[in-house]
Amino acid sequence: MADLINVIENWLNKLLLGWGASPGLTQFILQALGSVLVVLICFMIVIALIWVERKLAGRIQDRFGPNRAGPFGIFQSFADIIKIFTKEYITPQGADKVTFNIAPVLAIASVLAIWAVFPFASNVIGADVNVGVLYIVAIGSFGILAILMAGWSSNNRYALLGASRSVAMLISYEIPMVVSLLIPVLLAHSMKLSAIIDTQRPWWFILVVPTAALIFLISSMAEIGKAPFDLLEAESELVAGYHTEYSGMKFGMFYVAEFLHQFTVGALITIFFLGGWTGPMAAHWPILGVIYFFGKAFLVYLVISWIRLSLPRIRIDEMLNLNWKFLIPVSFINLIGVAVADRILLDLEPPRWLYVAVMFVLNMLILLVALYLSGKSQPALEVEEFPHRPVAVSPRTEKSSS
Amino acid sequence: MNFSILIFLFVAVLTTFAALVVVTNKNLVSAAMWLIVALFGAALTFVLLEATYIAVVQVVVYIGAIAVLIVFTIMLTRRSAEKEPSGATKQWPIAAVLSLALFSGLTYFYLTVPGTDRLAPVLDKELNMVSALGQLLVSPSGYVLPFELASVLLLAALIGSIVVAWRK
Amino acid sequence: MIPLAWYLIFAAAVFSIGLYGVLARKNIVAILMSIELMLTAININLIAFWRYSLDQGLAGQVFTIIVFAVSASEVAVGLALVISIYRRFKEISAEDINLLKW
Repeated sequence: MADLINVIENWLNKLLLGWGASPGLTQFILQALGSVLVVLICFMIVIALIWVERKLAGRIQDRFGPNRAGPFGIFQSFADIIKIFTKEYITPQGADKVTFNIAPVLAIASVLAIWAVFPFASNVIGADVNVGVLYIVAIGSFGILAILMAGWSSNNRYALLGASRSVAMLISYEIPMVVSLLIPVLLAHSMKLSAIIDTQRPWWFILVVPTAALIFLISSMAEIGKAPFDLLEAESELVAGYHTEYSGMKFGMFYVAEFLHQFTVGALITIFFLGGWTGPMAAHWPILGVIYFFGKAFLVYLVISWIRLSLPRIRIDEMLNLNWKFLIPVSFINLIGVAVADRILLDLEPPRWLYVAVMFVLNMLILLVALYLSGKSQPALEVEEFPHRPVAVSPRTEKSSS
Repeated sequence: MNFSILIFLFVAVLTTFAALVVVTNKNLVSAAMWLIVALFGAALTFVLLEATYIAVVQVVVYIGAIAVLIVFTIMLTRRSAEKEPSGATKQWPIAAVLSLALFSGLTYFYLTVPGTDRLAPVLDKELNMVSALGQLLVSPSGYVLPFELASVLLLAALIGSIVVAWRK
Repeated sequence: MIPLAWYLIFAAAVFSIGLYGVLARKNIVAILMSIELMLTAININLIAFWRYSLDQGLAGQVFTIIVFAVSASEVAVGLALVISIYRRFKEISAEDINLLKW
């Protein structure tokens, strides 16, 4: 029972071999089944997440959220899906048809392909490639491509503007994201995701390098492209950004890709900074590891939703300043600091808790100094003092004042 | 094994076709899209050659950075591309003859010179290629000098491109 | 299995196509794209020679990484030049920019 997934896999393996399938074919069928399963789980999660997100948004904005379809509006997403399937597919005139239709597929594939390397539990790993971290970065770049293709092929100025904005943002925010991803790689001495999780056994990396975790959170929130970084689809300026011209399920694919991307970022933060599947009893009961993994990812997802529902959209110059003048310098200094400290501590061989404490203090120091300096270098806001003007003045007071 | 030959042929034909479209297509943005296909084909070739690290870096650098930059530049300079179809120059027959001559010469050379019909040796499975590569890049007995030169080059390109593109 | 010559011929084909593009295209961005094709062909050659060589060194991969750096900086500077030229001439066709032509 403890190792449910592998038990099922072994049973299927024996069954197929018993039916006379060759070992190669059996392997192929099992791998295909596994990938289909992961994709299906991802879509199921998205359906649930959309409902959770809308409920949460409703609560935060002091309204109910969906509450008509089923108890607590649980079936709202299903109703939306049925509606979206009945919509007409519109391809705008002058659009590049092939590119226009490939873009949504690429958008969702670029998110789903990241799940191929995730370790869900100690022995449930999709593909434990030894360049896992780099693979995640590489696949992420296809998402940028999808946005660019969608924006260009729509033959719409708004879509093109949204796409060029988003590409400028995504490319620049990829730098702090990748640099802060280097820190877990540095600490684990490996780019393998399973090795990174193994290194976090007693102490999660969020305790060792909190600054890197924070920078990763901020920059990957920008990569998702939702509020406060949703300049790429600022409704008042750009209609809907790069997917203005999409309708029906093609739009649905972008929508699902967006939600899934947010959950994927939660899973990435779980793997790199929150210890992945580790937790009490997870090593002996792999099924618990899967539950821990998804639970942590869901928690991070909720935190991201909370942040994005609380903050207003930032301006484009603020967005660029935040990245180039704060995140990139801090992430590089943090990387150098952690590398030097790790090297020094490697020779001293302190107990693990002392190592963690030193790293934590160093990270917080870098973050606090950076915050202090950036606060100091900011030109003081010129707040214009307006005289107090009451909205409605009764004629009697008007007379007495004059 | 026939399967790998099939995959190789598919990748090679796809990449060559994509490259042909890149150099002949009048529409610059479609040319850039086909360039991405060609670069991805090269990444697949690296996977076939069991250089996974290089394949992933190829995707990150070429598709994630270079191709996106190129498409971005095409969009920024769109008016010029729209004004007149940016086709080939007048001397394109000479260019075609030259490159065909180069290709046929190289092919003849590869098919006649001894040693090119050899098959790939079996790779050492125990070797951790990524960390070996990393060690080699920064060890003084390895390739630290070219590595440092490449980083200086990147820095120079960074500063240079900012200076060149600066709006005065 | 695939003999070495196949990879080399494949790379030669991509390189020749790139060469044609550099010589025959008008648009500067198209020329840059063709240069990218040529560099990719070189990378395929380097990796193929690394894979088929009998000693266990990694020199081919190391130089591929250096080619990556070179092509990245080439594209960065090249595209900056394209944008700067476009601002001045409103034109990025290599034939029409002939201030230095005598």
